[in-house]
This record gives sequence, C-alpha cells and structure tokens, in this order.
Amino acid sequence: MITPILSRRDLLKTGGALVVGFAFDAALPRWTWAQTPAAGGHAGKPLDPSEVDSFLAIHPDGTVTLYSGKVDVGTGLRIAVAQMAAEELGIQAERITVVDGDTGVCPDQGGTGGSTGLTRGGVEVRQAAATARQALLALGATRLGRPAAELTIVDGEVRPLAGGAGVGVGTLIGDRRFSLKVDSKAPIREPARYGVVGKPLPRPDMPDKCTGHHVYVHDFTLPGMLHARVIRPAAIGAKLVSVDDSSVRGIPGVRVVRLENFLAVVASDEWAAVSAARALKATWTEWQGLQGSDGLERWTRAAALDRDQAVVNRGDALAALGGGAKRLSATYFWPFQSHASLGPSCAVADVRGDGSATIWSASQGTHGLRSNLSKVFGLSPDKVRVVFLDGSGSYGTNGGDHAAADAVLLSKTLGQPVRVQWMRQDETGWDPKGPQQLLDVQAALDANGRIVAWDTQMWLPAQAPGGRALLAADAAGLPQDHGQGAGLLTQNGDPPYQADNVRVLVHWVKDTPLQLSNLRAPGKVANVFAVESFTDELAAAARVDPVAFRLGRLTDQRAIDVLNRAAQTFGWQPRPSPSPQARQGRMLVGRGIAYVRYKQTENYVAMAMEVAVDPASGRIDVRRVACAHDCGLIVNPDALKNQIEGSIVQTISRTLHEEVTFDRSRVTSVDWASYPILRFPEAPQVDVVLIDRPDQPLLGAGEAATAPVAAALANAIFDATGVRLRTVPFTLQRMKAALSAGSTA
Amino acid sequence: MATYSFRLNGRSVSADSWDAAQPLLYVLRNQFALHGVKFGCGLGQCGACTVLMDGRAVRSCTTPMSLAAGRAITTIEGLGTAQKPDRVQAAFIAEQAAQCGYCTSGMIMASAAFLTQTPKPTRDQVKQGLAGNLCRCGTHTRILRAVLRASRA
Repeated sequence: MITPILSRRDLLKTGGALVVGFAFDAALPRWTWAQTPAAGGHAGKPLDPSEVDSFLAIHPDGTVTLYSGKVDVGTGLRIAVAQMAAEELGIQAERITVVDGDTGVCPDQGGTGGSTGLTRGGVEVRQAAATARQALLALGATRLGRPAAELTIVDGEVRPLAGGAGVGVGTLIGDRRFSLKVDSKAPIREPARYGVVGKPLPRPDMPDKCTGHHVYVHDFTLPGMLHARVIRPAAIGAKLVSVDDSSVRGIPGVRVVRLENFLAVVASDEWAAVSAARALKATWTEWQGLQGSDGLERWTRAAALDRDQAVVNRGDALAALGGGAKRLSATYFWPFQSHASLGPSCAVADVRGDGSATIWSASQGTHGLRSNLSKVFGLSPDKVRVVFLDGSGSYGTNGGDHAAADAVLLSKTLGQPVRVQWMRQDETGWDPKGPQQLLDVQAALDANGRIVAWDTQMWLPAQAPGGRALLAADAAGLPQDHGQGAGLLTQNGDPPYQADNVRVLVHWVKDTPLQLSNLRAPGKVANVFAVESFTDELAAAARVDPVAFRLGRLTDQRAIDVLNRAAQTFGWQPRPSPSPQARQGRMLVGRGIAYVRYKQTENYVAMAMEVAVDPASGRIDVRRVACAHDCGLIVNPDALKNQIEGSIVQTISRTLHEEVTFDRSRVTSVDWASYPILRFPEAPQVDVVLIDRPDQPLLGAGEAATAPVAAALANAIFDATGVRLRTVPFTLQRMKAALSAGSTA
Repeated sequence: MATYSFRLNGRSVSADSWDAAQPLLYVLRNQFALHGVKFGCGLGQCGACTVLMDGRAVRSCTTPMSLAAGRAITTIEGLGTAQKPDRVQAAFIAEQAAQCGYCTSGMIMASAAFLTQTPKPTRDQVKQGLAGNLCRCGTHTRILRAVLRASRA
C-alpha cells in the first residue's frame, strides 16, 4: 500500500515537452471551469504589465473584464479596483468583473501585501484604463466624425459632450485587443468630478458569501481528484523512522505516501483520508531543538546577533539622554503570533506527465508561488499556472503556500489531481509565524517637557534572503532556499513627534525558533505598541493630557486632524492619566489614545479606546473604540470601514489573547482552546471616522489601523488602573499580577 | 457501507457511508456539494460548520451520520438564494457583514437558530448568542448589526 520512496532525481525529472494550452472563461462558475476546458477565449492574452490588454478586455456587450495580479482576500479589492477602472472608462462598475491572481491570465503586480493592493495594483489598472479611455475616444471620434476632444464616455457610450447620439464601447472595441502600451501620461480623471470612486458600492462577493455559493479553494474539485492529509512530525525537526501501514488497513481506499520524511495519506473519500491520517502509526526520531516559549524574552535579549543597524540616527541621542531633566526607560515585548486563519489552508494541484501543472491556491502571491514551486519541484515556470481562489482570511502568508507544495508533491508523485486540506492543528501549529519583538525605549524630557532624546533598541530576527522554505520540500529532501522574510519590521520605531535627538537601533538576531512570515502590520504592530505606550508614559510623567501631549509635538495638519477627530468622536475629556475617578462599581474604567503615521510615510490614524478592568479577575473589557483614519483619496468608504473595523477588532484579539506557545519540540498552541482569539461577548462598539482627501494620493488600508490598537489599549488600562502592561498578550493572569505588584509589569 | 436517510433542505435524501462516525460535514460537502458548510476545526470549537438539525444549531463537524439519520437538516443553501435571500441572509448582505466570509455560513445559521429562540434580542443577547462562533477577520460589529437588523425584519 505504501508508495515506494522516490529518489530526488525522480521527483525533479520533468515529463515530455507538450504544452497544454490553457483556456479560461471568466463568466463560468470557477469550480466547473476544469470540467469545460475548451471554453473561453483568453488563451494567449498578454501578461506584460506594460500592455493595456494585460489588464483589461472590453466585450461586445459593453461589459469589462479586469485582470488583477493583486488578489481580494476578503478586503474588498475587487470592488475598489472595479470602481477605479469604471471612473476612467466611463463604464458602470456593475458591468466590470475582476479576475484576480490567476498567473495564466493576470499580469504579475507583485504579492498582495504591505497594503499595496490599491496603491500599486489599483493604480496600475487605473493607468491602463486611462490609456484605454483615450483609445476609445479616438475610435469614437472616427466613428462619430467629431474630434476626440469634443467627446466623453458615459455609461459605456462614447458621446459628444454637447449631446447627441453616441456609440457603445463594446461596438468600438468588443473583444479586440487595444495593442497599446500603458501610457504613464494618459490623463487621470479629476477627483473633483469623480462619480464612482468614493461611493460605498456593495461588494459583489457578498450575496454569494451570505448564501453559501461563493467558491473558495476549499470547494474546488476536479474529476479523479484524491483527498490528501499530510502527517506532520511530532517534533519540528524529527525524521521518519518507520510507518506501520497495517494501522490503516481497515479504512477503504487509502494509500500511504512516503517520500523520505514526507508522510501523507490519500483516498478518493475525504473522510477516509482524515480517518487514516489519525489512525496511521508512524515512528519519528526524538528532536528537541527549540528553547521553548517560556522565557522567550530573556532568550531574545541574550541571542547571538547577526549585526546591529541604526535605522534612524538624528543628532546624538545617547549623549542627550544624560542631559534631560527627566529620564524614562521601559521594555516592551510582543510574542510570536499565528495568522490563525479560520479555515485551515487548502490547495488543489494537477501535475501532468508532460510536466505541466495547475495549482489552485488562496495564496496572496500567486506569481511568487509559481516561481517557488517551479524551482523547488523542477517544473518549467511557463508550464505552471497558479489560479487564485478565495481562501479563509490570511492576513499575510499563512499555511497556504505550504499546502500548495504538499499538493504539488503528491500530485506529481501519484499522477492524479490532489486536494490537500490542512487540519486545525496543522494551520495553527505549522503556519509560518509573525516573530517575537523585544524593544527597549528610553527618552529624556527637559524642564519644559520637550523631548530632547529618544532611543529605541529593537531585537528582530535577521531576515535571511531567498524564498521561504516549503515544508513538503524539506521533508522530501528537495534542495531549496531557506529564506526568512517577515516583512518590513523596523518601521515606526521612532516617535512621530518633535524630538531633538533620535536613534533607532536594530539588533538583528541570527536565529529564529519558528519559521517566519509577514503577519498583518509586520513589525509595526509591536513598534507602535512600544512607541505609543512610551509616549503615554512621557505624558504621564509630564502630567499632561495624552492628546494634548501629542498635539503639542506635531506640526503636520493631517496628523493633528486625525487626533482631534478621534478625541472628538470619543468624547475625550482632557486631563492627565491615570484617572482620578476610575472606579465604577467593581470595575476600573479608563481611556487611552494612540496615534500613528503608518510607516512614517503613509496613513494617519488616531484611536481612542475605553476599557473597564475587573481587578478581581483581571478581565479587560474594551467597551468602545473611536478611530479617525486618513488614507488620502477614498475609493470605497464602506469597504474601507470594514477593513478598519476588522483591523481594530483583530488586533484587540492579538493584544488580549494571542501567543504562540512551544516546548522543546513543537508548537503547543494548535487549536482555538490553546490559541484563543476574541469572542463575540468581547466585541466592542467601534466608531470609524473617515477623512477623505481626494486631492491626495490613495494609500492602502489593510494594515494601518492595526498599528495603534495595542498602545491605545495599554494606555487605557494605565488610565483605569495606574498600572502599565508592557508584555502582550494582556491575559487575566498578567493583569492581576500587575495590579497586585501595584506598579508596572 | 450503510445508508442513512434524512431530510436535507426540505427534500428526502439518503447517503452512503462506510463509517457511522463520519461527520455530517463531509457528507454534506462531498456527496451533496453543499459547500456553504465550512470546515474550520473539526473540533466543534469555531462554528464555521454550523447547520440546523430539527431547527437547532449543531456543529456538523462533530455530528456523526448515525445521529443525523432521520433528522431534518438545513444548510445555508436551504435558507435562500442570492436572488431571494431569507431575512438573516438579507440583513448580512445589507450590512456588508463579511470580509473573507469563511465564517459567514455558520454565523448566519447560528443567528437563524438564535433568532428563533430569541426573536427580539438586545445587542448583549446577540453577543452571548454568538459566543460560540469565531470570526477571525474582526467583522463582529457588522455581524451584530446584521442580526439586530434581521430581528426587526
């Protein structure tokens, strides 16, 4: 029953040279696409991001298909990109369909991360649409016998500005190629005249998501497809010694696949695969290569360093620290956290004998995944297609790329399409993690409360270059990169306030206990927790209201505006913290504020929060949040609010509850009991105020509101209790311990 | 291989399973292509797989076929369609109460069962009523609004 172990050479061997042409029809329900391979007319469409046709096609009926390299991971990207294109094309957004993340038909616009979905993805599509608009006006000019300058496009029709008969864009170009380079100088519509951008259009995915018909990668099936479950070792670095295949003999139709240390079961019946994965007896070697998550802060401080790097160095912070009237210092710690996607990762792969392969995945970077899979599994990239299908929210790189690698390895080995669905313990245990962060901050105030010196030292994992190692490839003994990328971790380590001498020094730690990846607002989430908590400590030391303290050290009007709007929406009463009248019954109630300019160059966000702390239990209840958010030009205010609300609630969860735990061998937080997240009874009231700046460039919104949450919460707790929490998560035990210690924890 | 008969979204159906312990979830998804039922944990911890059994919300990932036999099962697909959503679905759509949407089916089914028990809930009652359903995207405030909206519909 066990498939013989294959050699690495066998695995890397590619098949014949026949290239199977791909066909695609965006109008078909995606899960039936594979059953109708002959349909569609997009084969051979250009993919080069310098070509208009790479981004859009206008059909004879006047409908439009947009091809976006950036994907919609529940963020509303599809409607926002459609609105941006609709505005330029003069075609209703409802007539536009977005195909996203299919490497066979979508241009490579980089991975969907760092809040670049609209800032790069949408803007590139908009420029292609603006170029197409000029071409449509020129075609209309010929057809209507009038100069293009006297024409406009309204409701999908090129019409004379002065009125009179027009001609539909579908008639002018319908399914023919523009064959034009994207013109970076093609004029963009004036924001003052926007009719579609800025409207809260409903998301097109919503009706199907609310009726059970939206197709996720988990729902995709192929004829002859096998269901697989991968059995991960009991310890991260363990080797497979033996497998007892008799342990699954009673389960119908199961095959055990072993490739060196890669172990999986497959069956045509999914429950048989699940049952076999549970029943299979395998022996692994002992491995205890981890130091454990207890004492991780101490380990991090003492860890061997790759190098030090001053990422900000203005004036002489160290010298100035000694010269202030008041000097403060504090240490903050953020633990490893999991993406903890609600649906465990899933992928379907169909690797053919001719060396072609199609992979269906919810990856946030399908083009990058295609390169990595091709390289690792010895496939020719031009024969590999990764098709994006929606997944469970990923908030960065969750287990999805690993699941895709599992599926490719199994399909290649078995010569059949394979669907790999991770189980709960796989996703929470084996997704690459957001790293731990340790920060020491010190500052000095002069007699007038001026910040004369600020020094942040941060311990961060050194990010080894190269692709992220795929679990399946390591287990099967395939050579690959072992990069450790976790995003831009160092930003927002310096205060956004006037300060005379500032240094941010990064201690790059050589090793990381767990595999890393980008997790929403990577680095910034903890840096802003430290910087904005510490700012509050300075304000308290100066006996100044926390909002006034910040406003007094800001000159940028957009920063001042968000702080004022957040305070006003919240109903902020100016006074220093802690509150002199915190007690309400048995609860201690307080409020906190935090501000960020995301990455110091992007969104302005200010957030006020009210919390109630039960000193008896240590329970922290976030009652309400008021957030003012300025991301420049707003494309879709409702989809934007949804993102901001989600960032806030999710980060309250991360701050109150979330910590990846591990022992010497493995991650031990593997389900919703051992890795708890926020539940409904804890859901706060959230008021989001959007500040629209149509004259300013648009900025991404998937992450910025994440950054100030933990500090606003910590500052509110300090206001309520006089006690400051500097280690995340703020568990009941930690809160109680801090209260009984009476000062700080 | 045993055969299990039950009612599914108003129709009489039967399904074969080699294992009486097979959770209803896999039968609904793989034999009836009712993909609105989502696998989240297989442990009854998250609620993504919630369906109605004789009108009560149950976790289909931990409900064995032997227990489902003879019962009336309703999935998200049995409530309404995109063109004709039921009142809970319509309220979720109106409030745009989803992000990734992976928890949404279970959330709507749990809400439907909750509203049957508590037709005119307060916001706090809804919060308690949905305590067993997890949303990772943080869409809680919209979901609460949607359930309250449905209760007024």
